[in-house]
Amino acid sequence: MTVQLTGTSSSGRAESSEPTGPSPLSATAPAEASHASVRLVSLRVGDGRRRSRRRAVALRLAVPIGIFVAWWILTVTNAIPPTTLSTPSATWDAFVELLRHQDLVGDVGISIRRAVLGLALGAGVGLILGIVVGLTRLGEELLDAPMQMLRTVPYPALIFLFIVWFGVGEASHVLLIALATLFPMYLNTSNGVRNVDRRVVEAARSFGLQGRQLVRRVVVPLAMPSIMTGLRFSAGISVIALVFTESIGASQGIGYLVSQANSLQQIPILMVCIIIYALIGIAADISVRILERCTMPWRRHQAVR
Amino acid sequence: MNLPTTQPAAMVVEVSKSFGDREVLADLDLTVSQGEFVALLGASGSGKTTLLRILAGLEMASSGEVLVPEVRTVVYQEPRLVASMRVWRNVVIGLPRGEATRQRAVAALREVGLEAQADSWPGTLSGGEAQRVALARALVREPQLLLLDEPFAALDALTRLKMQGLVAELCGRHHPGVLLVTHDVEEAILLADRVLVLTDSKISLDRTVELARPRRIGGEAFDELRDQLLAELGVLAGQR
Repeated sequence: MTVQLTGTSSSGRAESSEPTGPSPLSATAPAEASHASVRLVSLRVGDGRRRSRRRAVALRLAVPIGIFVAWWILTVTNAIPPTTLSTPSATWDAFVELLRHQDLVGDVGISIRRAVLGLALGAGVGLILGIVVGLTRLGEELLDAPMQMLRTVPYPALIFLFIVWFGVGEASHVLLIALATLFPMYLNTSNGVRNVDRRVVEAARSFGLQGRQLVRRVVVPLAMPSIMTGLRFSAGISVIALVFTESIGASQGIGYLVSQANSLQQIPILMVCIIIYALIGIAADISVRILERCTMPWRRHQAVR
Repeated sequence: MNLPTTQPAAMVVEVSKSFGDREVLADLDLTVSQGEFVALLGASGSGKTTLLRILAGLEMASSGEVLVPEVRTVVYQEPRLVASMRVWRNVVIGLPRGEATRQRAVAALREVGLEAQADSWPGTLSGGEAQRVALARALVREPQLLLLDEPFAALDALTRLKMQGLVAELCGRHHPGVLLVTHDVEEAILLADRVLVLTDSKISLDRTVELARPRRIGGEAFDELRDQLLAELGVLAGQR
């Protein structure tokens, strides 16, 4: 909406102020300048920020549901043949079959256990190394170059070596996941710690905070946004590493299911596994979000003025 | 003799604004005439910055009517320059391609006395210089409404004096309607044609400043107005 408010508008005159005293602006300004009429536009009014929670949930679900519907239509109409992509109902049947005749729940459980243990170990070590390297010169000079070298070694290439070194058991699976998740955590933590406002650290030092206390009370909380980004990456990679490590030397776990289904060309079982991976992925993301809220309570109110 | 016209450069009619349960502005009316310099005083948290942000279009009023010109610019308390752009590019940031010329930027920088810094990086400027760049950035698009959100508050005392003089001079030359949000009573009296006080979500005082220009701090009329404004802001005589 555009409103023309010139001298003819009586309401404009009524609401404007009393004539004021000598203008400071008059000295140099030409008189005409002040008389050119200004076109005024009306700004939108209302509490636009108040978005309903239901709408937010609907928007989050829209794309996954859209993908599911597309999948369903394309396969049921045979636009994509079942040898390429199984129908939702065939996938459901495979899921029920896996539940009944194979220990699917056990497989998922053991996979999650491996992923969580590996992530805890890898992210924990990455966090500590990141803090040491980000905080101390000695740490950076000693550790950063070797970490950058190891980082580029593709972990799937190490599966066989890990089995030789740590045996055909849980240890090699967990350690491989730990290795894969270590680097994202390390990189983000060291970078976050390096970028902590030095003036705040200086102030904390001047009030007597030092050593471990300084790290725990000031450095880590302020680097928390980066640390959480690292954790997100690490959590995602832990699931990917899971598939690799379980494809060799495992007799249980969804990675094992995947590699079996691959060799037997059982597309419905592969679809079940993909969906399970997707669910694990979203569960990991939600967990990190909750953790973010718990570890950074000061950020929750930041948007409010 | 050139009185500010009664034609408005901005109008706010019965505007309310709440954040959650907290009502910051309640049925507030305000008109800034063309070429008029209005200073808005208020205690911290009184909603004066919110009113300015509503006029800038950065915040939406909960209800009421807000009429502003198309071209309106803001100078914030901090310079808010983009560190990755040279000074002159910061000045013409957001202008359409054809208009965002170096020549135009340098002309604006000349007005604030920073022509020589056109190719510097913002990070190399002092606080006062950066704030002058922010002023050039606001003036280069020839605003009909200039919004100043405590633009001198972060400056040292000496720089502040110079900057106030510069703003007065440039507003005189370009003649926009100005709304200056500040908590500095003397600054408001020195610069403004009209001084408003915002208390309890409303404008509680609206005084025209009759002092002749150029103005200086002090003198009977000045002190009388200052005391009145301070009293309205809740600063008692014994605390002054």
